[in-house]
Amino acid sequence: MSVHTLEIDGRMVTALEGETILAAAEDAGIFIPKLCAVEGLSAPGACRLCMVEIAGQNKLRAACLTRAAEGMVVRTETSALREQRKLLVELLLAEGNHVCSVCVVNGYCELQSLAAALDVDHVRFTPRYPARTIDLSHERFGLDHNRCILCTRCVRACDEIEGAHTLDVAGRGRTARIITDLAEPWGHSESCTGCGKCVRTCPTGALFLKNKPAAEMKKDSGFIRQIIAARREKIWI
Amino acid sequence: MLTRTVVVDRVTRIEGHAKISLSLNEAREIESATFHVTEFRGFEKFCERRPYGEMPAIMSRVCGICPISHILASSKAGDMLLGVHPPPAAVKQRRLANYAQILQSHALSFFHLSSPDLLLGMDAPAPKRNLFALLEAEPDLLRRGIRLRQFGQRVIELLGGKRIHPSWSGPGGVDSRFPHAHREEILAWIPEALESVSIALQRLKPLLDSFRPEIENMGNFPSLFLATASDSGELEYYDGKIRIMNSAGEVLADFLPERYFDHLAETASSDSYMKAAYYRPLGYPDGCYRVGPLARLNIARSAGTPRADRELAEFRQRARGPVCESFLYHLARVIEMLHMIERIEQSIDDPELFGEPVCAHASLNAREGVGSCEAPRGTLFHRYKVDENGLLTKADLLIATSQNNRAINMAVEQTARHFIRSIPAGGAPADGDLNRLEAAVRCYDPCLSCSTHALGRMPLTVEWFGPDGKLLGSLARGAA
Ligand code: SF4
Ligand code: SF4
Repeated sequence: MSVHTLEIDGRMVTALEGETILAAAEDAGIFIPKLCAVEGLSAPGACRLCMVEIAGQNKLRAACLTRAAEGMVVRTETSALREQRKLLVELLLAEGNHVCSVCVVNGYCELQSLAAALDVDHVRFTPRYPARTIDLSHERFGLDHNRCILCTRCVRACDEIEGAHTLDVAGRGRTARIITDLAEPWGHSESCTGCGKCVRTCPTGALFLKNKPAAEMKKDSGFIRQIIAARREKIWI
Repeated sequence: MLTRTVVVDRVTRIEGHAKISLSLNEAREIESATFHVTEFRGFEKFCERRPYGEMPAIMSRVCGICPISHILASSKAGDMLLGVHPPPAAVKQRRLANYAQILQSHALSFFHLSSPDLLLGMDAPAPKRNLFALLEAEPDLLRRGIRLRQFGQRVIELLGGKRIHPSWSGPGGVDSRFPHAHREEILAWIPEALESVSIALQRLKPLLDSFRPEIENMGNFPSLFLATASDSGELEYYDGKIRIMNSAGEVLADFLPERYFDHLAETASSDSYMKAAYYRPLGYPDGCYRVGPLARLNIARSAGTPRADRELAEFRQRARGPVCESFLYHLARVIEMLHMIERIEQSIDDPELFGEPVCAHASLNAREGVGSCEAPRGTLFHRYKVDENGLLTKADLLIATSQNNRAINMAVEQTARHFIRSIPAGGAPADGDLNRLEAAVRCYDPCLSCSTHALGRMPLTVEWFGPDGKLLGSLARGAA
């Protein structure tokens, strides 16, 4: 397998053939903000937070979708990029109902920590305060649409890893939302195996364990990488 | 040279903010006084349509000083929604957290908020009656107060993982086993903590003699008392019946906390957002009662720990029957601190504290849940109604400060009438007497942001009105 050498933020980095800029950067310990990409799941390139500048290209590129190439010169942190990321996070915050202080993942939320990292101390847009619902019909899990940022991580984890495809997105634009089966209450779903992969992959408090005290839900989507590796190598812990 | 002016006004020493208005008659004598809280309500509304599992965390945000009490009441309401009894290890962890929290909250109230008045004197000029002055005059005592708070907070941190707003407890129990390794650390704090509280007691008890006028005239009146009561008659903070006693020491009622609303009601007061609670059979205002340290010591037959029992016996000698002087809340608070330390010591000697399981798992089995516990300031009740999926349709909180509201008003009025008496035209109450007004409120250690279920702090304002209701003058304290 051929290996490329490229420059990210002034550092020489190697990438395997086919590897994305995001993966190469992460391997080298360079942090690029992201909300929808998860190692081991397909990348929809939806959140646009991982956009980077590539020398010689006049368009910004999503690091999760762009393959690393020999001699590439990538910049992940410029003031323009930072400003754009900040704007995106503010839009996400204004779009839903995010009250961190009472959220189940307060302190462990990827949206919250990204907002903090980008110094989002206020939102410049008028919040929409949409009237959204909470589905608590499942025996163990809850889905709070107020906190959903439509990153589709749960949809992909359910489809690509669990193989159940219980979850999907219905509607378009501002009416888009996560549904279970044919938009039935989750508790009525026949396809859901109750594995909980969606809950663990969700970057926000939208998917949560019922009865779990707030701020106690540490999530870690790293388990997906382990499952994939285990299936490939046929080694399970 | 760089100079910095630090303005510490006395009102910065009450949590939250409030207003006192004095009504004068034709002779410009004080007729009545009212204690208003001018904050917004809203936490109950905020809970509606939220899942019950989130309540402990939401409720822990009601108050930054006593989050544990709200978490406990909320978790217990959650236990009832699930229809379970949490395992013993969970109950013991929750109890330990409550002891630690009462200790740290009382330490704040006594050493930081009230001791400037107690140790430096009510009439000391404001610049000489604040924490900085106290730090100069009594560095050791203040340091001990800070350490006591740290001890309480450390125990909470060991249990809950985070100093403020820990959320390790929820419906059914707690989140994880309490590691035995923490025992040594807690144990190591005990001797110093006991010593600090004994020193505080030795300082406070003789001092009380110099506060005779305050003890007798700053909220000294008969009233009912309410607290959690155990079958053994020992001080109880987590589980048990709710007992109501009158000032003659007669038990008027014992009832289950789950039915508190059958026995207790709240008025909506027009001039304040804060409600006042009363015992239904006697109506308002005769049924008004007091909660908190004084009520607990009055209602318990014994403390149940040796040191606190000795102090309680001495405390009892201050009255025939229940102690009615609001000023002695301070003493009751220090005795409770002693008791809390002894209870913490007992708790960590109980192997069940470190045991498993820690949570009873179940799904929703009831549509209504009630939880109660003793918070530092008094008995706390949470009551939730949920729909079939467990989303809240209604949340009711009955908190300590609104149960003490009427008593606080009476204490303020008594203080104003006795100490200020009258305000001549163009005059204003003397500084020391204004301070007594606030000190009357502070006996109850009211946490106003909690009692009005909103966040935020603002200063206290004192206004006085003529018989026609016309504003004659005002003083805003803390509006620096
Ligand atoms: S629990 Fe598992 S099967 Fe059910 S929706 Fe989530 S990922 Fe899909
Ligand atoms: S529920 Fe969570 S994982 Fe699913 S789309 Fe919404 S935010 Fe993303």
